[in-house]
Amino acid sequence: MLKFITKRFFWSMVTLFTILILLFLLLQFLPGTPFNDEKLSEASKALLNAKYGLDQPFFSRFYIYMKNILTEFDFGISLSIQRNWMVKNIVLPRLGISVRIGLQALALGTGMGVLFGVVSASNKNTWLDTMATVVAIIGVSIPSYVFALLLSYTFGYKLPFFSIIFDFSDPIKSSILPTIALSMFVMAQVTRFLRTELIEVLGSDYIRLVEAKGVNRFKVIARHGLRNALISVITILGPLTVTLLTGSLVVEKVYAVPGIGSLLVNAILTNDYNVIVMIAFVYSALYITMNLVVDILYGIIDPRIRVAKGA
Amino acid sequence: METNQILEVKNLQLSFRLDAGVNHVIRDISFNLFKGETLAIVGESGSGKSVTTKAILGLIDDNGAVEEGSILFRLRENDKEEIVDLLHQSKSYMQKHIRGRKIAIIFQDPMTSLDPTMTIGKQIMESMLEHKLVKSKQEAKDRTKVLLELVGIDHPEKRMKQYPHQLSGGMRQRVVIAIALACEPDLLIADEPTTALDVTIQSQILELIKDIQKKTGVAIIFITHDLGVVANVADRVAVMYAGKLVEEGLAEEIYYNPKHPYTWGLLSSIPSMDSKEEEIESIPGSPPNLINPPKGDAFAYRSNYALAIDFEEIPPFFKISETHSVASWLYHPMAPKVEMPEVLQKRLAKYRTQKEV
Repeated sequence: MLKFITKRFFWSMVTLFTILILLFLLLQFLPGTPFNDEKLSEASKALLNAKYGLDQPFFSRFYIYMKNILTEFDFGISLSIQRNWMVKNIVLPRLGISVRIGLQALALGTGMGVLFGVVSASNKNTWLDTMATVVAIIGVSIPSYVFALLLSYTFGYKLPFFSIIFDFSDPIKSSILPTIALSMFVMAQVTRFLRTELIEVLGSDYIRLVEAKGVNRFKVIARHGLRNALISVITILGPLTVTLLTGSLVVEKVYAVPGIGSLLVNAILTNDYNVIVMIAFVYSALYITMNLVVDILYGIIDPRIRVAKGA
Repeated sequence: METNQILEVKNLQLSFRLDAGVNHVIRDISFNLFKGETLAIVGESGSGKSVTTKAILGLIDDNGAVEEGSILFRLRENDKEEIVDLLHQSKSYMQKHIRGRKIAIIFQDPMTSLDPTMTIGKQIMESMLEHKLVKSKQEAKDRTKVLLELVGIDHPEKRMKQYPHQLSGGMRQRVVIAIALACEPDLLIADEPTTALDVTIQSQILELIKDIQKKTGVAIIFITHDLGVVANVADRVAVMYAGKLVEEGLAEEIYYNPKHPYTWGLLSSIPSMDSKEEEIESIPGSPPNLINPPKGDAFAYRSNYALAIDFEEIPPFFKISETHSVASWLYHPMAPKVEMPEVLQKRLAKYRTQKEV
């Protein structure tokens, strides 16, 4: 198992490294410049370019870029949003709240999804199953910003339990509505997948054998059914992380959450290269980490994967 | 129920509700099982043999309903004996006291009947722990080791920690047998236990089952579609067709003196080593649809020996000997005398001489 994790970790690092290179290359194709001010003269533009090293040849810029990131995790300074601030000092403090909302949404969504999925599958074709399916369909078909608006209208305005926009004095309470809004899609997907998968597993030969052993229904589902059904549900957790990341751009905007989602939108609008690079890098890192976690979970849950890849 | 009987199925009738109508899968069958004996139930797919075993275990799907009959089982617990009707027990009673504890089952396909995510040791221990037959995990482990040795798996210590995918098909079937034996059941149902295995492994598993019966004295219901397989295993054979028993007798009686045209067909269709000049026989046609079961003898429509009354009335059982009975109008005193096909006669004669040698 340790060998398996080490190997996966190594390849994650290689992927991240490749992403750094790709990000730099992609950035070269980005039109425009961070110094868009019409009042600037050609001379002062040249001065600014020189100051931030934008006039250097390609390979020289690439070398400085890679060296700074790899040695000091330094993505340079912000060119427009908060001019001359270190990018990492802008991004990192905002990272916490985004990651927290993302993880909360993932946990809440998966938890609810597993609950609904199990209830639905073990009461197949009853009203409970129908209810869970309806909830799942709603969750899949309505985009997260609609939930965000609905929630803030209902629980922020009509029944003022929460503040409509993010409240710095109480970040935990403020994260509840965005979390719920983000989790709906995850919940719906997990419910749908788990229901289908669990129904299939519960109809399998080995479940019949467990029943024939005289094991009680609860243990049959929890110990054998759920565990086998989760293998396929874990598969969708990776792609769902992407949904969470993109969803967070919108939801953070709706609730004015000071996270990296809203920061990225601003950075793109103002051509703040270094901020874009760092956030893109952070998003990639989050996604890769999630996939690493998923792979490790696979190994834990499914012995066939663990053993095949060298326990 | 006689004292040496462990199970008595009486007039069992069972059907499933389908979209197309009510499927009468089991149409009035009765049989007995004595302590320590092996009864083979033989029949082609869809004849209702597996459903019968499911009914015994109380594992009939929700759309199935028992219309009539009883399944009496002699339950021994702490020197007390009582007779319970398995058809009229609650689900939780069946789960707590019968399934896995007193009646265990071996399924057909060992490749799919083990949970791929659990070590085989845990899967064997599960039922002992569930039925509280052992006081500690350690005791369960020790018992599992003994069981694995009993079913012929070496290095039990190591094997216990392995997962199903690390074992071959034959080994997995041995594990399934070990699971079945975990709680020392009084009745073991083997539902086509060798069908999914290749021929060399088949005979090993059959030997193992016989061997276990000798050691533990467990009664066995052996379900199969292959009369060839049961020849060495069964004490008695019951032949099933379209949800009814058509012939029942000691294994020798069924093999050397079969009476029902369906049994003739089954015996003729066993491929043999020297079937060069003789062709392998097959029974023409296919089993009837049991949503609208045919009037009279269901096999009459595929039989060369059918009488006019076969299409009108269901034949009762006619006794051939004390132990041998057959449900066919051919054995009514008024029926014309018929002999089994000549090819089969030759073949059975050969079996007999082989046995005497």
